[in-house]
Amino acid sequence: MQLFPCPFCGARDETEFHYVGEPKSRPEPANAVSEEAWSRYLWFQDNPKGPSRELWLHLACMETFVMTRDTATNAVLGSQSLRRAPP
Amino acid sequence: MTSRYSALALLKEGLVGHKGWQPAWRKARPKPAYEFIIVGGGGHGLATAYYLAKTHRKTRVCVVEKGWIGGGNTGRNTTIVRSNYFYPESTAVYDLALRLYEGLSRDLNYNVMLSQRGILLMSHTQAQLEIAARLCNQMNINGVEAEFWGPEQIRAKLPLVTQSLSARYLPNGGVWQARGGVARHDAVAWSYARAADRLGVDIVENCEVTGFLMQNGACVGVETSLGEVRSDAVGVAVAGHSSQLMAKVGVQLPIHSYALQAMVTEPVKPCLDIVASVIGTGVYASQSDKGEIVFGGGLDRVPSYGQRGNPPMLEAVVSGLVELFPAFGQLKMLRQWGGIVDVVPDSSPIIGPSPTRGVFLNCGWGTGGFKAIPAGGTLLAHLLATGGHHEISRPFDLDRFRTGRLIDEAAGAGIAH
Repeated sequence: MQLFPCPFCGARDETEFHYVGEPKSRPEPANAVSEEAWSRYLWFQDNPKGPSRELWLHLACMETFVMTRDTATNAVLGSQSLRRAPP
Repeated sequence: MTSRYSALALLKEGLVGHKGWQPAWRKARPKPAYEFIIVGGGGHGLATAYYLAKTHRKTRVCVVEKGWIGGGNTGRNTTIVRSNYFYPESTAVYDLALRLYEGLSRDLNYNVMLSQRGILLMSHTQAQLEIAARLCNQMNINGVEAEFWGPEQIRAKLPLVTQSLSARYLPNGGVWQARGGVARHDAVAWSYARAADRLGVDIVENCEVTGFLMQNGACVGVETSLGEVRSDAVGVAVAGHSSQLMAKVGVQLPIHSYALQAMVTEPVKPCLDIVASVIGTGVYASQSDKGEIVFGGGLDRVPSYGQRGNPPMLEAVVSGLVELFPAFGQLKMLRQWGGIVDVVPDSSPIIGPSPTRGVFLNCGWGTGGFKAIPAGGTLLAHLLATGGHHEISRPFDLDRFRTGRLIDEAAGAGIAH
């Protein structure tokens, strides 16, 4: 099994983690967002092959953070706290 | 030269040392232009080419496949065919596929080894039992025959099923679809390829599409590793690589590409007569004609193009199999592999025009594409040939993500995405 790097807890078993999605910013203000923009935000993503920035949740400490992985090889390239770098 | 398969042909060729068999399909080189290009030589792409030629009499068709045909998910699935879905829209598409599978060997003159041995979806809690009853009723309302089974019927059909009262996942009932079963996945790819080729379709393997040719805002063909190929319209059937390909024309899709694992055990004597699946653990199993137990379960919900999956999910799936059939704990695992499944938020396919004029999509089948191959091919062929939706494909248009008319088959698909 792989070890994933939680920015706070360190290297932990992959089973402690949950994939959240691609980093996205919610379109604002809500009353000015078109159907297309809201649909894009909710459902659509790049789904890259290769190095990819992803939002992950460490279930043990409940922190959401960014992990960079290579989706072609499953290799972990690094992780980054969301408190320091917005998506 | 023998090109039509029959018992007589087999006898004749046997008498002359089998020297007369023709290759099942030509290894074509791409021509400069066609009426239609299909990107993706899996089951859906090859079926599309066949139905374009057969149903719509469009023979200036080329299938472009970057590897070998059927080498993607079509060659990696657990071969199950069924139409035990919930919504009428889903039933329309999956039962169309199952009905086409029922006549496929005859239509294509190739034995796809369809075995309608039946599929049972089992529950183990009271809540799941009610879900099973609801699914059974809905299937019958949709015109697809289903039976609601109790534990006695299950034990009679599955003598090796766990029966201990202290079992963690003791089946208490289930939904039985007698017409469900398995088909030989490679044969489905090869039969469509052979039949399409015989109607004049060019199948080009080891040819990767690297871009789309655009003119006046419309797609007029593709750039490939073997040069430019022009066409009036392009059909895209590349499953887990759909996002990659459509990114070349700036189109995003509501797709995540995940790994789905499958496994097979050493061969044993016949001991499992049906396709067995379990709601609670998400595990499904059948026994191949070689005697191997072919099984799988939930996907590795982590974006991956690696076609492998990771050990924790492998362990979860194996555990689920052994919980269901304790005797299988004695078996050696022969092989494990994975595919790249294009998962969509409502677990329903995306069929329809893409935002790019001239490019049409057939993707998003997720973990359930194999059973739908004849329908996906029929519907994409219709789209390409007529420029518009077949009645059955309209609900699955990409636009449903804007309108909110999702077809949420997480329950019906049996495996939560």
